[in-house]
Amino acid sequence: MNTIPNRRAICETLMEKAGQDKTIVVLCSDSRGSASLEPFAQAYPQQFVEVGIAEQDLVSIAAGMASCGLKPFAASPACFLSTRSLEQIKVDVAYSQNNVKLIGISGGISYGPLGMTHHSTQDIACIASIPGMRVYLPSDRHQTKCLMEALVADDSPAYLRVGRNPVEDVYTSGQCNFVMDKATVLQQGKDITIIACGEMVREAQKAGEILKQKGISARVLDMYCVKPIDRQAVLDAARETGSILTVEEHSAFGGMGSIVSQIVSTCCPVPVVNMALPDQPAIAGTSRQVFDYYGLNASGIAENAERMIKSSGKIYPEH
Amino acid sequence: MDNVKIRELSKIATKARILGLDAIHSANSGHIGGAFSAVDIMTVLFFETMRNIDPKNPKQPNRDRFVLSKGHGTAALYPTLALRGFFPIEDLKTFRHIDSYLSGHAEMNHVPGVDMSAGSLGQGLSAAVGMALAGKLDHAGYRVYAMMGDGEIQEGQIWEAAMAAGKYKLDNLVGIVDYNRLQIDGTVAEVMPLEPLKEKWKSFGWETFEIDGHDYAAIAQVFEDAKQIKNKPVMVIANTVKGKGVSFMENNVNWHGHPPAEDEYQRAMAELKKALEDLEG
Repeated sequence: MNTIPNRRAICETLMEKAGQDKTIVVLCSDSRGSASLEPFAQAYPQQFVEVGIAEQDLVSIAAGMASCGLKPFAASPACFLSTRSLEQIKVDVAYSQNNVKLIGISGGISYGPLGMTHHSTQDIACIASIPGMRVYLPSDRHQTKCLMEALVADDSPAYLRVGRNPVEDVYTSGQCNFVMDKATVLQQGKDITIIACGEMVREAQKAGEILKQKGISARVLDMYCVKPIDRQAVLDAARETGSILTVEEHSAFGGMGSIVSQIVSTCCPVPVVNMALPDQPAIAGTSRQVFDYYGLNASGIAENAERMIKSSGKIYPEH
Repeated sequence: MDNVKIRELSKIATKARILGLDAIHSANSGHIGGAFSAVDIMTVLFFETMRNIDPKNPKQPNRDRFVLSKGHGTAALYPTLALRGFFPIEDLKTFRHIDSYLSGHAEMNHVPGVDMSAGSLGQGLSAAVGMALAGKLDHAGYRVYAMMGDGEIQEGQIWEAAMAAGKYKLDNLVGIVDYNRLQIDGTVAEVMPLEPLKEKWKSFGWETFEIDGHDYAAIAQVFEDAKQIKNKPVMVIANTVKGKGVSFMENNVNWHGHPPAEDEYQRAMAELKKALEDLEG
């Protein structure tokens, strides 16, 4: 099992690039340890800014630096970065088109045992609704690295959310099939499509394997690019597989599933079910415990997929 | 500063007031009181103090920067920028009109000469800190000026920025508090007192100066004095008069954000035109 969390892949990419590109700056809000950015701060002290526990200041300072041609990466726990700093994200980053990359660490229910104050299950909804903001939830360390390389190279604002803990690899190194803003097909299928993002991708991948053993051909998509979402992949899924199951570590309101549902209902209506966290504060517990509690795991995904297929009247061979 | 220069700046500021009044009259909305308290300082900044300002190349990297953190002060900033040549003066007539690039709050991507968007109070000083940090990192010689409203500094983020500027010893950063002592609901002292204001900034690691924010020579001098301060940021507390320049608007909170009626517009315009005639005569 992989022991490298995605946040460390972020630090590694920034360290690789910062030597040559002196416009890269990293800002933290007493979060360099939790963001795994201590090595960066040690190696590039001139390109590192510590603002203290002040997330609003963090984002606005980053915007000011970006307005002068620097490439700031501002890293802070997703729960505080996404909502405490929302005004600053809206005005100073997005509306002002300042090239700030916001790194939300320990996103979703990563800080499960710490309670709902530390959960960020509204961040997609909040940030994706701001014009000019992009939202990315990479699934594993390899994809995180590919995504970071793309974000270092481009010049528009973005929000990237990663979890706290190491996650099982979805990809093998060098084989991410990464194309910026295009969903990655993890498994081809024709009976249903499972669309997942972030840490739910590995579970969706496993669910695809479970379903395969039952003779169900599920397409599995890694929709790390929540905004701009890969519309074509969503529409192809609707047309070619007839039903879609979305899975995310986020509120059911305004997340990736909502975006998928909106596209499908407008352009190619087929059944869509959104698996997400319910409209209540998530229970406290480790990520695994919380995911299992809400059925956000491989077996839960597979069960929902089967149920959707059965209710659609499609018949599959029994094993 | 000699009298000729003072008269020249005074003429520009009076023209800016006339244009600001016209813009607000044309829009039938806008913040006139806080524009008129701030416009003399902006005039000195854009016509005397700030270096490497080029209206033909508004994004020139080594320019001094100005952040209007009190983003509703556009009825002062836009006329100042127009008079400085950043965009046509006649465009001010479209202020706040549908689809105009001159909306009610400062906007950096649409309005040439605006270095930072603002409108949500309390954020501009942080952005200015970021600009000043970038200047230090790049070894660029530019200076950053950030103007805040007095009511605005009730926002907590201002004090986050105040700490950061002190920590990083940003001697390329100058803050300005437009201390007109009035905010939308009444006096600052009633709504949320700021005093002791100087001591607050001092305790956050800033050098402070206090000036009359309508005295052109004093304004220009304080920005020169600020250049001599090393290893810390400078805060200029500018004592100003809300609505300055129009007798019936001065020190009257009702002129925070409501437009003049037709007769009020005529009276205000007559006063400002008389002032301009006196300066030109």
